[in-house]
Amino acid sequence: MTYLIQGDDGDWEVVIGLEVHAQIVSNSKLFSGASTAFGGAPNSHVSLVDAAMPGMLPVVNRVCVEQAVRTGLGLNAKINLHSVFERKNYFYPDLPFGYQISQFQHPIVGEGVVTLDMPDGSVREIGIERLHMEQDAGKSMHDQDPKRTFVDLNRAGVALMEIVSKPDLRSPEEVGAYLRKLRSILRYLGTCDGNMEQGSLRCDANVSVRPKGSTELRTRCEIKNVNSVRFVMQAIEFEAERQVDIYDAGDTVDQETRLYDATTGETRSMRSKEEAHDYRYFPDPDLLPIDLSQEYVDKIRAALPELPDAKKLRFIDDYGIAPDDAGVLVAEQETAAFFEAVADGRDAKLAANWVIHELFAVLNKSGLDIDESPVSAESLGKLVGLIADNTISGRIAKDVFEIMVAEGGDPEAIVEEKGLKQITDTGAIEGEVDKIIAENPGQVEAYQGGNEKLIGWFVGQVMKATGGKANPKMVNELLRKKLS
Amino acid sequence: MSDALTSLTIAQAAAKLAAGETSSVELTDAHIAAMEAHRDLNAFITETPDLARARAAESDARRASGDARGPLDGIPIAMKDLFCTEGVLTTAASHILDGFTPTYESTVSRKLREVGTVMLGKANLDEFAMGSANVTSYYGPVKSPWKAADGKDRVPGGSSGGSATAVAANIAMAATGTDTGGSIRQPAAFCGIVGLKPTYGRCSRWGIVAFASSLDQAGPMTKTVEDAAIMLSAMAGYDPMDSTSADKPVPDFAAALTGDIKGLKVGIPIEYRVEGMPYEIEEAWQKGVEWLKDQGAEIVEVSLPHTKYALPTYYIVAPAEASSNLARYDGVRYGLRVEGGDLTEMYEATRGEGFGAEVRRRVLIGAYVLSAGYYDAYYLKAQKLRTLILRDFTDAFDKVDVLLTPTAPSAAFAIGEKMDDPVAMYLNDVFAVPASLAGLPAISVPGGLSSEGLPLGLHLIGRAFDEETVLRAGQALETAAGFTARPAGF
Repeated sequence: MTYLIQGDDGDWEVVIGLEVHAQIVSNSKLFSGASTAFGGAPNSHVSLVDAAMPGMLPVVNRVCVEQAVRTGLGLNAKINLHSVFERKNYFYPDLPFGYQISQFQHPIVGEGVVTLDMPDGSVREIGIERLHMEQDAGKSMHDQDPKRTFVDLNRAGVALMEIVSKPDLRSPEEVGAYLRKLRSILRYLGTCDGNMEQGSLRCDANVSVRPKGSTELRTRCEIKNVNSVRFVMQAIEFEAERQVDIYDAGDTVDQETRLYDATTGETRSMRSKEEAHDYRYFPDPDLLPIDLSQEYVDKIRAALPELPDAKKLRFIDDYGIAPDDAGVLVAEQETAAFFEAVADGRDAKLAANWVIHELFAVLNKSGLDIDESPVSAESLGKLVGLIADNTISGRIAKDVFEIMVAEGGDPEAIVEEKGLKQITDTGAIEGEVDKIIAENPGQVEAYQGGNEKLIGWFVGQVMKATGGKANPKMVNELLRKKLS
Repeated sequence: MSDALTSLTIAQAAAKLAAGETSSVELTDAHIAAMEAHRDLNAFITETPDLARARAAESDARRASGDARGPLDGIPIAMKDLFCTEGVLTTAASHILDGFTPTYESTVSRKLREVGTVMLGKANLDEFAMGSANVTSYYGPVKSPWKAADGKDRVPGGSSGGSATAVAANIAMAATGTDTGGSIRQPAAFCGIVGLKPTYGRCSRWGIVAFASSLDQAGPMTKTVEDAAIMLSAMAGYDPMDSTSADKPVPDFAAALTGDIKGLKVGIPIEYRVEGMPYEIEEAWQKGVEWLKDQGAEIVEVSLPHTKYALPTYYIVAPAEASSNLARYDGVRYGLRVEGGDLTEMYEATRGEGFGAEVRRRVLIGAYVLSAGYYDAYYLKAQKLRTLILRDFTDAFDKVDVLLTPTAPSAAFAIGEKMDDPVAMYLNDVFAVPASLAGLPAISVPGGLSSEGLPLGLHLIGRAFDEETVLRAGQALETAAGFTARPAGF
């Protein structure tokens, strides 16, 4: 599924690397005790440190360090036992210190890898270059007053992980798959809630193009701060085509930072290379380097949850589920756990079908997350059990499920109360079959004359007569026997 | 009566307080009177007499109910205006902090408050502690109480010039200082008092307006070595709010003053015999050597081969950190704001007007040495040299217990001198800076008078966290020197 852009003189390949900023799940900020809660009144979560009052000093939040290590391990990455916080110096009103405390030469996490299962069945391994910790900035609000800018420092100092991929991505689809996979891993690990609307997960994309078959890396443009997977994909598509057009016209691409405009679907220049800041990085003398023991890292590793890749393999191996279905079920930890509860001791394939098709349809329609599901895993499991042991048919099960969604309740009780139990008594079914055959000599004749499709009609008549409760398989068998 | 009270040392005053011969209110009133009488020295940016009297009364009440908190309870001191003090204007002697009144108390000033000291006011200093003469303060220069034969006003040294003057002029019984590259020791030497820079990490930096984070260290400025020991015991201690503070127990420093230095190995670094050093400095140094030898110390010549790189190294590292530390003064949240047509203009106007010339110079130097293309040649090289300078000391301390040098290459100069030559000004700290770069404890003790009748300081440098040896050797020098000279009229 190669993604190529047609140019005047041939096909072009797009080369993409992503820098993802993921907000670390922690109660307090990276270097202060202020709350990280989203949505407080402006400047209500600001400590003296966050406001860079004179004489205030940062003290690293150990929880954030642990989360960064956990994430590194989840990305199969090298953990650097020695890492250093540095200052990235620039002036902006929402950056109170006049520098951002970040990691530069010595990040806490080195190279790793994320595996993507593409829809065409291919597997892509995307390299991770590094992961480092840094502070978020505050928020400048330019739209509150005609002349003045307001500053909200609630976010200032919140811990972020910047996760930098290698330039291994080759299409908008891969970028989408990468972001979804990364988000899934972070959420499994509990190190980032992955909420793009609230800005917990933000993405900058470095995009360049090159003639198909070439291995060179041409001048790249960085697209800043795109806040949804769909927009990132659109921005890359636009940007790649823009660059191909430039080369086709005989010009060269300028290295620059660009912004994506979601309303036009275009990217536009924000600042050129010449306007780029000189950040004057140097080690922060207020903070000691972080020196971790291997024992500390091993302890975190031992406590890692089962991650999506491993879970998917297990679902395929242990439950015999198709890889695509397994992929769907493991994308969210909650879904996987729900499925496992439904499948517990039951027909796992049937359970997977019910979760993926029936339950997801209901959830999508009502815009609910799985943890808000109107049907509990226990109840859905019971329903699957009722189908599997022939208490009810699949068709009746759908009716029961509808009742469960609308009114709640236990499937066994519903079946009992509404008398929906499947009729598996051969005598009872035989009576109905004989009655239908006796009442419809014309159809009998036609069937026996060679129109075997009519068997469906006969089955339908019997089912109708039994209110759908007859076991369809038994009806079918009896009819074929009696009509032959 | 009040002269008698203001000339007391902490140890003496503590004894009188304990004996009920005086009260904190009485001591405090005497010092407030001295503060008001000597406003011409410009030692204070902010006087806090009401606060002082209130705290003195609280101290007396504690004492009356048997809850006195030790030797510092009720002692009136000056606080360098680099320490943030709750509810009291804090300026760092800069225009840019106009009107800044912290809602919090620095760790060191809080500790001093908790043991009962009485703050008389906020002492003047060089702007952001950048200077060696206390001439860069936005609030005007500080005068030393000492005058030379020519009658010209002398600088008190800097940056803790207000603190040094307040102690030398018997306005405060002791003062806090901060030392980044000599800012406690050089003014102590110029003003004929004791100044101790502890080991880096000994006192918390939390709440001290930062100049150069890897060098800044708070310390006491006092009339005697004993007083310095008493003050340091109160100021020192681990602070979880300062990641660079040392998690080490704080000894009773006064208990280390045994008076016995027999067998102490004292190193004389040959590289400190700098060319062009005035004869009287050399002479004072030699006297110090003899005093220690006479008391049983063993004198050993040592080499600190990278000493000559210390000053240039310092003038890269300190401005680099300062350029970043001072970025927060941007007119956005507190202090001075000078409006401009847009954001950049506001920044430029605020910082251009808010910072004095010396601060602007150092911010520019700092930004330059950190900038792309120059970082390796300057900042990185300076960091490497800093490591070598530290290694020089480590090697020397394999052989000796303490090092003896002059504190400064000259006595105090007249106000106005060296103003147009920053390098000449920077040379004042040539002996003080190496210990700062190495983070080592060092003390300046009065060693005598120059031919012009101005104090000269002797400087002892010790092993990291061995303030006790530094203080003990310092007291041996103090005893032998018998420095009793007073500035005329004080």
